Amino acid sequence: MAASSNTEVLESNKPTEELASAVIRFAGDSGDGMQLAGTQFTDTSAIFGNDVATLPDFPAEIRAPAGTVAGVSGFQINFAASDIHTPGDEVNALIAMNPAAFKAHIDDVQQGGIIVVNEDEYSKINLRKAGYPEDYNPLDDEKYETKYRITKVPITRLNQEALAESGMGAKEINRCKNMFALGLIYWLYQRPIDTTVKYLEDYFGKKKHLPAVAEANVKTLKAGYFFGETTEMFPVRFHVARAPVDPGRYRKIGGNEATAMGFATAAQLASKTLVYCSYPITPATDVLHSLAAMRNFGVKTFQAEDEIAAMCSAIGVSFAGQLGVTGTSGPGLALKSEALNLAMMMELPVVIINVQRGGPSTGLPTKTEQSDLLQALYGRNGDSPLVVIAAQSPGDCFDTAIEATRLAIKYMVPVVMLTDGYIGNGAEPWRIPEASELKPIEVKHPVHEEGKVFQPYSRDENLARPWAIPGTKGLQHRLGGLEKGHISGNVSYDFENHQFMTDLRRMKIEKVAQDVPDLHVHGEETGDLLLVGWGGTYGSILTATDRARAAGKKVACIHLRHLNPMPKNLGKILKNYKQVLVPELNTGQLRLILRGKFLVDARGLNKVAGKPFLVEEIEQAIEIMLAGKLGDREYLTPRLHKVDLDDQDIDLSKFGINAARI
Amino acid sequence: MTADAQLNVLKLKPKDFASSQDVRWCPGCGDYAILNQVRRICAKIGQTRENTVFISGIGCSSRFPYYMETYGMHSIHGRAPAFASGVKLANPDLDVWQVTGDGDGLSIGGNHLLHVLRRNFNIKILLFNNRIYGLTKGQYSPTSEEGKKTKSSPMGAIDMPLSPLSVALAAEASFVARAIDVDKNLGDVLERAAMHEGSAFVEIYQDCNVFNHHAFEYATNKDSKEDHILRLEHGKPMIFGKDKDKGIWLDGNRKPRVVELGKGIQADDLLFHDEHDESLSFLLSRMTYPEFPEPMGVFYQIEDECYENLLQKQVDDAIAAKGKPDLQALFSSGDIFEVK
Ligand SMILES: Cc1ncc(C[n+]2csc(CCOP(=O)(O)OP(=O)(O)O)c2C)c(N)n1
Ligand code: SF4
Ligand SMILES: [Mg+2]
Repeated sequence: MAASSNTEVLESNKPTEELASAVIRFAGDSGDGMQLAGTQFTDTSAIFGNDVATLPDFPAEIRAPAGTVAGVSGFQINFAASDIHTPGDEVNALIAMNPAAFKAHIDDVQQGGIIVVNEDEYSKINLRKAGYPEDYNPLDDEKYETKYRITKVPITRLNQEALAESGMGAKEINRCKNMFALGLIYWLYQRPIDTTVKYLEDYFGKKKHLPAVAEANVKTLKAGYFFGETTEMFPVRFHVARAPVDPGRYRKIGGNEATAMGFATAAQLASKTLVYCSYPITPATDVLHSLAAMRNFGVKTFQAEDEIAAMCSAIGVSFAGQLGVTGTSGPGLALKSEALNLAMMMELPVVIINVQRGGPSTGLPTKTEQSDLLQALYGRNGDSPLVVIAAQSPGDCFDTAIEATRLAIKYMVPVVMLTDGYIGNGAEPWRIPEASELKPIEVKHPVHEEGKVFQPYSRDENLARPWAIPGTKGLQHRLGGLEKGHISGNVSYDFENHQFMTDLRRMKIEKVAQDVPDLHVHGEETGDLLLVGWGGTYGSILTATDRARAAGKKVACIHLRHLNPMPKNLGKILKNYKQVLVPELNTGQLRLILRGKFLVDARGLNKVAGKPFLVEEIEQAIEIMLAGKLGDREYLTPRLHKVDLDDQDIDLSKFGINAARI
Repeated sequence: MTADAQLNVLKLKPKDFASSQDVRWCPGCGDYAILNQVRRICAKIGQTRENTVFISGIGCSSRFPYYMETYGMHSIHGRAPAFASGVKLANPDLDVWQVTGDGDGLSIGGNHLLHVLRRNFNIKILLFNNRIYGLTKGQYSPTSEEGKKTKSSPMGAIDMPLSPLSVALAAEASFVARAIDVDKNLGDVLERAAMHEGSAFVEIYQDCNVFNHHAFEYATNKDSKEDHILRLEHGKPMIFGKDKDKGIWLDGNRKPRVVELGKGIQADDLLFHDEHDESLSFLLSRMTYPEFPEPMGVFYQIEDECYENLLQKQVDDAIAAKGKPDLQALFSSGDIFEVK
């Protein structure tokens, strides 16, 4: 297998160390352009042919004070010569553009790891801004010097020198230093630079009409690259070979982008106009941005005045016969719930995307979490069943969007599609599908039959009611939130009818299970421990399971994409293992459901620390469970990246709380 | 058959717009009169049942769609503008009407009202103002007068009421009018609204026979109403009164005053109505009884582009500029690498 990219790695005289994979992290002030450096490194590695997984990490405040830890922006990339599923636990190389970035990220770097610092920024004043004590500089601290391979590079000055002739002002020049750093790291990992050169020329040169800026960025990128080669600071370079992947055409795709593309595709498969109604909210806004740029694919976007209006207008779209979709994050889903309930009652096809973020309330807007599962399933008044499905990786958002649309239309039901900040902002290589091979989505709109009274709440074999749309002669009917009479759809206050309709709505969702494929068990059919996951934790659970299996342990895992209804074989699978562990980035929401539904003694690994699981954390939980040490404890929580049985109970007095007084 | 006779056969009658549902408002409720006029106007202007959509929120007034043999949605409290906007986004060709109440449209749904108006969706918005929450049995509303005693304000409401028309004008509405449920002008106003291309906002004074009866006595009493309302006519002086002997005159400070005609003041001296004058319409929306006669009819009307058409045009322009939708091209945007 060979990737036929036309990118060339420049010649070098230094020795090369071959690596199976590497995890690097760019970190700096939010104004330092670390996200751009990170995405460029990702694009380059994906095009080079590595498997990649990314973890961007934004500060919550866009304008946090410069130089502070609160203002640090990071971007982690795992790139490998094999199939990988997570952005990596430990960082092998950290690029710290200022002291705050050093402080915020140093603990994640492996022992012996590489640290490249921009030494020009380690001034007294910046050290103070980062919160280091007076007269302390971590670069002079022996503790760090012995633990890591720290290389001090005067990036600011070298970048200035490289661009001295550019004719640009000092401020503009300084803004290019991320490209110097990127060039240096490209050299260090033997990456070709042409992808980034092309990007800079296209973006600054053609799109922004700033050819001078494009030229300067390219120049300093190359300067960084050549600096690596000429300096004595780096004795070796590293190489990560291409990953053996299935033949085909690939590109890099981000989760939110894949979601947007998935709905645009679904609309075409259904021969419908996609109308995406949304109100900006982190981390879902990029879906709106992506779709707003797709007008030429017939996509309409509507930036509503709030999430309520976004939901309502999406329902209006579906009522009028096109594809109404809305997207949001947790707080927005709360606002949508009343209208979502109406859509459930009116039995209209509409899809709601929730890119979950850290809750509760405004919570941690830029961080990831999986804590809206119960809200999606149950967060409405009355008994309000609807379909809930979750994507498991950035690329999977594409398929999930199409499936959500297909189910919504087939069963005339709202579908909640859950993703999260991690997969929404993360990226991975994506095999480009053949458009002609995608299955069309069947849509049926009834027409008037002479002499027949239209019955808006009659049902087909799937219990779906007819999708009769305004403009169709003779099918005039009225929908609403008041209880509907079976078949006629007229308002009905009849008690028996209400019982029946409530049962019917539940049965309709159960019927959807016929379209839910059986779960595939990863590992042996029976064993000591089954891991059950859902959504964005897929990669870390799978990797931890594989490592346990490689060590000879009888561990298997399953991953739920369908949260309601659940796959038919789930109950049976759960009974085939001695123990069940449910790792979730919440305090145990799926666990609660599995216990309630299947009476299984499921235990949890639960974390809400703003980040995805480290594979290691799951491995440690597996070990504790296999050793039979868990006892009656219902769940475990990683603390500072360790799952330690002795460190589970919180000693409130350590937090300055006298519990007796509360 | 002649073409005219054929048209007569095809043309729907008001009763063709009546659904099979029994109308369930209280006897004597002003909503009945409005329902009849709306059915009449739909028939008169030749709307079809299948292309018409009525969307409401929640409230007595919001039961309206059930009684129309058209497409309809009785949605949730206050949100009808958003549902109606969605319908228009999906299919700009439908005739969309929204029915709302003073609570539904101005309290819980105030925000949506602002935005549907400023976007200028081609939607006819009928706000039934009975100055009370009818369905929940008589609490004061955003249009109840200060001091209004209800079950939720036993010592009198201390909220300042708002003028729905001032709000609509401030929200950039392109058509603003007022009518009274039992008055002859309702049909004319509805017809003008229906013909308007854009958001048409019509406040309709509506008698809640049960919880706020006689709220509009001053404007409906046969003997005295002409002294208390001002019938607006575009390009005409503002004359009112049973004997057409009073008028509205603008003083040196541009403040409106009620004057008697004859005593040194001629019709030509009065304020003339101009439907296209924004500041005049705002001034009219501030005139309230008993200080002034309350204006009725079309306050304001301008031509402006509708949101749904502008959006459709962006789609058409983008397709014209970049070519027809091709999924494969969409998938392949960005940097591609091939593995063999
Ligand atoms: C979310 C929500 N809150 C409250 C209500 C209760 N509610 C129903 S109608 C209404 C007020 C209706 O007043 P108005 O809009 O003036 O309509 P009217 O009945 O007077 O025609 C209220 C408070 C509701 N149905 N939904
Ligand atoms: S309560 Fe008032 S507004 Fe409601 S139906 Fe009765 S009279 Fe009409
Ligand atoms: Mg009212």
